Amino acid sequence: MLLYIEQLYIIKMIMFKKFAIILFSVFLFSLNSYAGSEGQLDLPEKQQSKKIKDCFEKLNRATFSFNQGLDKAIIKPIAKGYRNLPDPIQKGTKNAVTNLSNLITIPNNILQGDVKLAIINTGRLVVNTTVGLLGTIDVANKMGFPKYIKEDYGQTLGTWGVGPGCYVVLPVLGPSTLRDTAGSFANVMGGDPWYNASVHGNNEFLSEGLYITSKAISGVDFRANNLESFDNLEENSIDFYASVKSLYLQDRENKIENNQRGNVEVIYKNEEDWEEIDSN
Amino acid sequence: MKKILIILLLFNLNFSYVSSIEPEIFVQSTVNRASQVLSQNILKEDKINGLKSIAKETVDIKGIGIYSLGSIRKNLDNDQKQKYFKLFENYFLKSFSSRLSEYTNPKIEVQGKEVLNENYTMVNSILISTSERPEVKIDWRVYTKNPNSPLIRDLIIEGLSLARTQKEEFASIINSNDGNIEALFKTLEEFSKN
Repeated sequence: MLLYIEQLYIIKMIMFKKFAIILFSVFLFSLNSYAGSEGQLDLPEKQQSKKIKDCFEKLNRATFSFNQGLDKAIIKPIAKGYRNLPDPIQKGTKNAVTNLSNLITIPNNILQGDVKLAIINTGRLVVNTTVGLLGTIDVANKMGFPKYIKEDYGQTLGTWGVGPGCYVVLPVLGPSTLRDTAGSFANVMGGDPWYNASVHGNNEFLSEGLYITSKAISGVDFRANNLESFDNLEENSIDFYASVKSLYLQDRENKIENNQRGNVEVIYKNEEDWEEIDSN
Repeated sequence: MKKILIILLLFNLNFSYVSSIEPEIFVQSTVNRASQVLSQNILKEDKINGLKSIAKETVDIKGIGIYSLGSIRKNLDNDQKQKYFKLFENYFLKSFSSRLSEYTNPKIEVQGKEVLNENYTMVNSILISTSERPEVKIDWRVYTKNPNSPLIRDLIIEGLSLARTQKEEFASIINSNDGNIEALFKTLEEFSKN
């Protein structure tokens, strides 16, 4: 948690001057990652274009180990405790943090050109924040609103054609890419109204501590929902780092292409990999 | 004469019905068999053995093994291939069965299918939600080159392909060891022993 607070302060200090540089660097990195992969891997051309470089692998693996240690010592025990809370409390908490995430989703719906969805999500936010008691009850869902799908600035950059750049593992925050990291910076650059209101809002009810707490709860909720699957993955992986990286990148690919979870459009693209396989 | 013709016709109809297995029926039947093993009140070890036996019949382990190797498969000699297939089968069966053995009485419902081409059909299903976990979408890549004997080649859980994850995991091990396939063999061997 301390690391996270420290990171936020650092971000605040540098963000205004550096953001343009970061975006530009990400763009360059993304171009570079494609150019640099040529000839380095013994893979067909179509696969090369999908390959995301792990430019900082040694550092990433070290950070991954650090995060695993942190997870075992702090995050996992908290997540286990959270799972023991009564169901209505867990569900209410999950609904509240999901409702807050809508504040990031709505501007990203607009930036991706989906004004209709932005209007629907605004309606959802208003209903859930008021009738749904600060988002703790998902009234909109009960009223028949379409299924809520989170969007973020990393996804928007992806839909604009910005390549992912190198794969990175951030301390505490976990797997990301340079593009997605730049997207996260946008949240504290004014892109997240919840951050703006909490930190710069000059409001006695909101504070930076509340913002950080809400983000921490969101992380704990995610971890609590994946306790068994993470354990299972770790136990059955021969390279856990590579498994997590692969799953993260597949998930981002699906989200950027706005594939509904469970659909297989992304998988279809790898058809040529499968067509070659003849085990008979 | 008429009787013989009718008998021949019936035999022919019956034969063509039995010979081609619809991928979605094949998946549902496989899932039901696995579910039956998992819901039994038996030792975990026995459950694992039951799942292994089902996997050997219904999963194209060799095909997944070839896919998981990526393009390096083209550089292996016959001895290396034989060694790899043996190691991969042990690794796969252990990994697959221990992943599933944690579930008790999972209920999977096949919802539809999408024919990709003559070799592949994607079967769509859901793992029905319980009080402990939400509904999970699972798609099955079924290899239908031989329609009489379809085989599972991949599971895509919530849009995440297990075969692709495994392929990238293998590539990571090979790349971290300067392209040396022996490093992968060693890792697979150690995994199966533990």
